[in-house]
Amino acid sequence: MANVLHIVVCAGIVPDPLQTLEPVTGPAGPGLKNEMVLPAVLDPWAASALYEAAALAAKNPGSKLWLVSLGPKAKLQQVMMTVAQKIAFELVPIDGPIGGFPDAHSTAAVLAETIAALPGLDKAKLLLFGGWESATRGAGVTLQLVGERLGIIDQFQGVDQIDLRDDGSFEVLERVEGGKHQVSVCAGTPAVLGWATGNLAEPRNNPQTGMANMRTIMPALQKAKPTTLAPNGLRYVSVALPKQQRTTRVVKDLTPDEIAAELVEWIGAE
Amino acid sequence: METILVLTHADETGSALTKASLEAVTAGKELAARLNASLAIGIVAIDATAAASALASTVARLLAVSGEPFAQPRYSTDAAALEALCRAAEASIVLAPASARFARVAAGVAHRLGGFVDTHITAIGGTDGVEATRWFYRQRVEAVLSRDGRPWFLLLDAGTHAAFAGPPAPAQVEQVAVELPALRTTVTGLRAPSQGTQTIRPDAKLLFVAGAGWTKKQSDGQVHAAEAGDLILGFLRTTGASLGSSKSLVDQGGEGQPVLPFLTHLNQIGQTGATPRHARGLSTCCHGEEPHVVGWRFIADRRAINLDPNCGWTRGKADVVYIADAFQVMAKVNSLLEAKKA
Repeated sequence: MANVLHIVVCAGIVPDPLQTLEPVTGPAGPGLKNEMVLPAVLDPWAASALYEAAALAAKNPGSKLWLVSLGPKAKLQQVMMTVAQKIAFELVPIDGPIGGFPDAHSTAAVLAETIAALPGLDKAKLLLFGGWESATRGAGVTLQLVGERLGIIDQFQGVDQIDLRDDGSFEVLERVEGGKHQVSVCAGTPAVLGWATGNLAEPRNNPQTGMANMRTIMPALQKAKPTTLAPNGLRYVSVALPKQQRTTRVVKDLTPDEIAAELVEWIGAE
Repeated sequence: METILVLTHADETGSALTKASLEAVTAGKELAARLNASLAIGIVAIDATAAASALASTVARLLAVSGEPFAQPRYSTDAAALEALCRAAEASIVLAPASARFARVAAGVAHRLGGFVDTHITAIGGTDGVEATRWFYRQRVEAVLSRDGRPWFLLLDAGTHAAFAGPPAPAQVEQVAVELPALRTTVTGLRAPSQGTQTIRPDAKLLFVAGAGWTKKQSDGQVHAAEAGDLILGFLRTTGASLGSSKSLVDQGGEGQPVLPFLTHLNQIGQTGATPRHARGLSTCCHGEEPHVVGWRFIADRRAINLDPNCGWTRGKADVVYIADAFQVMAKVNSLLEAKKA
């Protein structure tokens, strides 16, 4: 028997990992140099959450999937051109600042307020998904704070798998220390799941899905509510790139035997 | 004046504190001494009195939440426990290990107390106040930050402080009562994802990283995935190293390409994987580009084996790069290590 789920995925946008990042400090606090022109992608772990959500929604007819994303709407539009081709979802954009330096508590407050106001959302059927950590702030707190604000006290972080049962309960695998998973069984929705990698490959682009999505995404972006994030007393004393640049010794002229001997000595050294 | 609370929890035995918890105790003692602040330590365990014996010499106020519901990590019970401990201690600064258990709940607890949280803290400094160091953009940008709001929760990354070690002795522990919500989640146990050997060893001195090159066509035009697997597992057996991998190698399984069957996403190091702490790291058959190397931020001594003299590792990211065939080198390394062992 299928369960009707209301899945909300929180996913930010982040600079493409291949880009060079340089921090700068402006009147509004720290940021990245040329941040608005850096190519951006959907946050990787949040993207895993989105793909898992789509698979779960597909297995449970009647389910709904929202993607709530906070960022400058011009950047959101760029990223959605790609993401929209992969799976069907309803975008809920929030026009706000980009990057990892704004306060997570303010971010969570805006996200929670937006989710609580989603038309047609039944909180009793809610699965709140997102990445367990972002590739920007990487703190692993925003989703948890959103869950608390929505009054959800069954939360799971570092999730790699969810198995939904006919009775609405589900088993969750969360990453814990030592390369293991903690296995839990939750009685049912509502719950918060901060995803790690999951088990699904990135869906292939489907232009038809993209066209269908963009019909609702573009109007949603035009109507995106502008928001600012309060610093909440957060002050940055310094923001800098790591200074460490190693002097690499490139060894080209040793035989495998000589390299092996050197490595064995290195491994054994205290 | 600040009041400092260090939150700790028991390990799987239920009666001893985790190493990461004892590291947080050291951080708390150092901070309390510097700020001339009062120090309390909160313990979450099925048997907190036994766990507290390791803290007898801290001379800190010891608070505890004990009982069966706290034997296992779970959001609803742990959040209630930490909230009760924080309220009892009336703490303004709360230090805790960034363990899976506390990382799951700390932000929620901070919110309940009207406070703030910052995680993955690698150092605590400041002259008059408290300043915390952490990384942004997956270990690519380092920042020092401070907050005016209290209580301020700081989750400390493992390995950033020495573990507190004092002579065990009976300790005076104040038990704190907790009002639990209706429990909807049952923890059924732990599961090791890889079949056979457990290849992730957080306490190992050496990290061995396998890149996608291990399953590509070699100089004879053939793929040697089985041989690669044998070489890697052989190396792990003799050295006790922890195994990491690049995302591309783990992803190959889903793309129908040859795979190393013992690798999972949990082995992944880098932008979308872990950032482990080991004294040394040896990378093999991995191109060493930025998304991967950010996972090496806390590996002190780095070496790499790669056929490409222009790979990322040669551009200031490793200490030594050997331009060589990893199959040949690792076969020799394994035979030398086995001979040494014999």
